[in-house]
Parts: sequence; structure tokens; C-alpha cells
Amino acid sequence: MDLIWEGLRKALELLVGLDPEVLGITLLSLKVSGLATLISVVLGLGAAVAVALNEFPGKRLVIALMNTGMGLPPVVVGLFVTVLLWRNGPFGFLGILYTPAAIILAQAVIATPIIAGLGLAALQHLPPELRLQILSLGATRVQLVWLLLREARLPLLAAVMAGFGGVISEVGASIMVGGNLKGSTRVLTTATVMESSRGNFEVAFALSFILLVLAFSVNALLTHLQQARRPR
Amino acid sequence: MSSPLLEVRELAVHRGRTPVLDIPTLRVGQGEVLALIGPNGAGKSTLLLTLAALLKPTAGTLAFHGEVLDSEARRQAYRRRVTMVFQDPLLFDTTVRENIAAGLKLHGVAAEARQQRVEATAAQFGITALLDRSARHLSGGEAQRTALARAFALRPELLLLDEPFSALDPPTRGGLLEDLGRILADTGTSALLATHDQAEASRLANRLAVMRGGRILQAGDLQQVMNHPDDPFVAAFVGMETLLQCTVSAAVEGVLTLALAGHELIAVGEAEVGDPILVGIRPEHVTLSLQTDKTSSARNQLPGTVTKVIPWGPFHRVELDCGFDLSTWVTPQSLTELALAPGRPVVAAFKATAVHVVRKGHPGGEAAQT
Repeated sequence: MDLIWEGLRKALELLVGLDPEVLGITLLSLKVSGLATLISVVLGLGAAVAVALNEFPGKRLVIALMNTGMGLPPVVVGLFVTVLLWRNGPFGFLGILYTPAAIILAQAVIATPIIAGLGLAALQHLPPELRLQILSLGATRVQLVWLLLREARLPLLAAVMAGFGGVISEVGASIMVGGNLKGSTRVLTTATVMESSRGNFEVAFALSFILLVLAFSVNALLTHLQQARRPR
Repeated sequence: MSSPLLEVRELAVHRGRTPVLDIPTLRVGQGEVLALIGPNGAGKSTLLLTLAALLKPTAGTLAFHGEVLDSEARRQAYRRRVTMVFQDPLLFDTTVRENIAAGLKLHGVAAEARQQRVEATAAQFGITALLDRSARHLSGGEAQRTALARAFALRPELLLLDEPFSALDPPTRGGLLEDLGRILADTGTSALLATHDQAEASRLANRLAVMRGGRILQAGDLQQVMNHPDDPFVAAFVGMETLLQCTVSAAVEGVLTLALAGHELIAVGEAEVGDPILVGIRPEHVTLSLQTDKTSSARNQLPGTVTKVIPWGPFHRVELDCGFDLSTWVTPQSLTELALAPGRPVVAAFKATAVHVVRKGHPGGEAAQT
């Protein structure tokens, strides 16, 4: 119990004191997971809209694959991305292994199916005739997609939160493709693992608290967006 | 002659290989309100979706003001002049005001003009007080009024209504039917109304088409179809409950004498002596009394016995055995005055003009149709 209080005190100390290393790690976590989530929103929602609005053979199989993708283990993603980005690998020429770009890539691979799968469920949950009703009010294809996304905004923002929550908290992929390099690819989760393995529990706790506050803040912001402008 | 507002030719819709709609021809004129009636699965909704350019037909053409909708661009432009309202109001999760404005926004109407149009349309539908309420907290009737206002705000040239009143309770439905009828008349908007309720159809429409199995069995002027159905199914669906198979025993100057179960019926129509014939009698054209009235203008006066009395809303439905089955409606007052109860002997009276010739020919035809 003392250890937890000590961690909390240390976290405040590091934050209030604006410890440059901790600040850097926190900002990097936010930047990396935020960008990965943004990429996943574009790709995932795009896939969800494409699957929801079109009928094609094999649609059920595609949906099953998207849903399976929601449970991709980060270490498996980390392994595949590492092999692909390896110096002699097919994308080795990019030279991005052990850089933040590699972490963004791996985290986007993790979050995209989450946002696509939950996003598709959100769109499929709308009344099937709503699409016809919107078209019948004279909507173009683009206006149709926009109105459908707006109608499903509650579960869609929940999907975005699930995607962000999935990547800000994962450690397997980040450590494998990033390498936990000090000042370059060290993020909150990898730093926590390292500090706790070294026995620096109060620093590990401090990083964990920062992680929780970060996750809470981002989700509070998204929740505000989600609940905003809904008339009583 | 100018082209009709909407004209359909050789329209067919298949689901997989099964034909679900087969409409050789259908026209909707300017200012016309056409009711499509038929049981569930008759193809009413499919026809409306096709006419709304929301469902691509397997074959056939749709022409609006004489212009065939043969490209996606034309179909899109057409969807901005024709609007559909569904049974489910399908409102957006925002205020009533924003809902009514939704179509106008899609059409790119400027904010100020939009605001005016929203206020005016809300007033027409009596929902001004609801404008700033959330669409999530409306009653069924209020929600459907909002959905209709959203459609009307676009000033559509043709309104397609797919059973918009089916989910409403009778008083709410009555009020909305009355308002919608008035607004359609005031604005001269043409409309197609799908319903399975002949009363609803007769309150709003001036033309009627009866559908079954993806086909239109009969279409025409409302009164014409109601009173002169030319098919037993249509007759039953428009409320002509008594259908009788008889033989023509005499035909003099358009007055027919029909033989039926030892009785004679007098009808108006053209037929040859000896012809088999199917006639229909609407229950509301049959009156009951305790004895034959020689002074009455009703040429058919048949003695019979009451077999059943069924309370039916504000009326009672009375079923009789006159040697054949006959049904009629009576008020609670008449029920008491005539002391109607099973076993009671009465005289059923109806005019010769109340006996409608539904079909000439042998009864085998009916079996072949079902």
C-alpha cells in the first residue's frame, strides 16, 4: 500500500516538476497513439462504411474477419511489423524500424480493425430504411454517408475510444518495433515495464498514473464530443 | 395531350429469380391522390420504392413529366422532386426543427429561406410548439407529423406514402388523415398512398388501385372501384362482403332478374339470360326491418333469420341467413328497436342498384385465380 502512495506522490512530483524525460515520454505516447488512432479512424470508418453500404459476395466472411481483427494480440502485430520492417525485409528500405513511425504503424494495425468492427456494428444498428429515407430527401452519396455517420455518432465515438484505449495501453508491439529507446521510442507503457523490471516501483507507479490520467483525459474529451449538441 | 406527372411502363422487379412486381402500366396525373391497397406482401412497398427511384427495377421504364429516368444523374435529380415517407418516421436524433430542415439542407437551401419554410410547414402540420423539442421524445403521432413536415418542406411534386398511419392509434390517425387531406388539397400535391385500410384510402384518395401478388388487379376512380369491383378479390378487399353466384333468369332493358338458392334478386346490368354471374352487395347498402315494406324503393326484399350479432366499433355487424349469407351494419339504436338477436326473423332490403355485377362467367374462374 505504501508503494502505491509513494508512486502517487512521485507522479505528482514528476508532473509538477515538469520532469523533462517524463514529459517527453508522455507527449510521445500521446502523439504516437493519437496519430495511430487518427489513421485507424480514416481506414476503419472507411472500411465500415464500404461494407455497410454495399452488398457483395463474401460480405459475411469480410465481417467475420473484421471482428476477428478486433482481438489481434499486440505481440503478434509487433512480430509481423518487425519482420516486414527488418533491414532485409520487404519494407526494410524505409528504415523506420525502432522509430516512432514504426510504433504508429503497428498501433494503427491494432486499432483499425477495432474501429472498423465496432463502427460497422454501429452503422448496421441504424434502421435499414434510414438510408432510403435520406436518399429520398435528395441526398447525394457523400451527404448520405455524412448523415449516417452523424446518426451513429454515439457508438462511433465509442469505437474511437475503444481504438485509442487499445493502443495507448498496449506494450507488446511498441517494445518490439520501437525498442524502448531512451529519448526516441520510449512510451509510457514500455517505460513502465522497464522501471518495474528494474525494481523502481514508485517510478513505475508514477508512469502508470500518468497513463491513466492521459487515457481519462482523452476519453473525457471524446465523451464530451459524443454527448454534445444532443437536445434534451 | 400533355404527359402525366409519372408514367410507368412494363415495370418488373425480381428478387433473385422470383418476380415480385409486374406493372404493365400505371399513370399518376397532376394533383391526383392514388391509393394502393392490398394485403401485406402485395408489392405496395416495392412499387413505392421503385417509384421513388430507391430500388432499381429489373425491367421497365419510369417517366417523370414525360422524361424517362434513364441515367443515375436523372434519377438523382428526380429524387429531389419526389419524396417518400415511411411507416417508421425515421427521424434524426436532433430537434424537430432540424429534422424538418434536414431535406432543405441537403438541397442547399439558404439558412434564411430554410428557416421560413420550416416555420410555415410546422404551422401547417400543427407542430410549431414542438419545434425545439428533441425528436426522441415525441409521441407516435407527433413523430409522424414531423416526418410528413420534413417531406412537405421540400415542396415535392409527388409524395409517396408507405403506410404512414399504420402504427398510430385511431384518434391520432383520424386527426392526421384530416390534416394531410387538407394540406394535399391546398397545395395540389400529387400523392401515392400505400395502405391496407380501405377507409384510409377513401378519406385521402381520388383514385384507387387494388394490388395482389405484385400486380394491379384493378385501378380507377375511387367510387368506381369501390362500387364496381371487377374481380372477387377486389370486391372482398374494398368491403363488398357478400358475394353471390347466381344465374340470369331474365334481362329486360338493363334490369336483370337473378336466380339464387330459390330466391330472386333484381339487379341493374347487362347480361344474357342463362348466364352464370357473380354479384356483390356492400353491407352498408342493406337495411333491416321487421316486415316487407311495399312503399320502399328497395326492389329486393328478402325474408331471413339473424344468425350472428357482433359488436364492431360504433356499429354492430349482423349476419343473416336468407337462404344465402348476407351481412349488414346496424346502429345500437336499431339493434334495440328491432330486438335483433340470433333466431330473429327479419326482412333484408336493398336496391337493385346495390347489387353489383362483379364478374360474368363460370365460378371456376375464381378457383383458378387463388
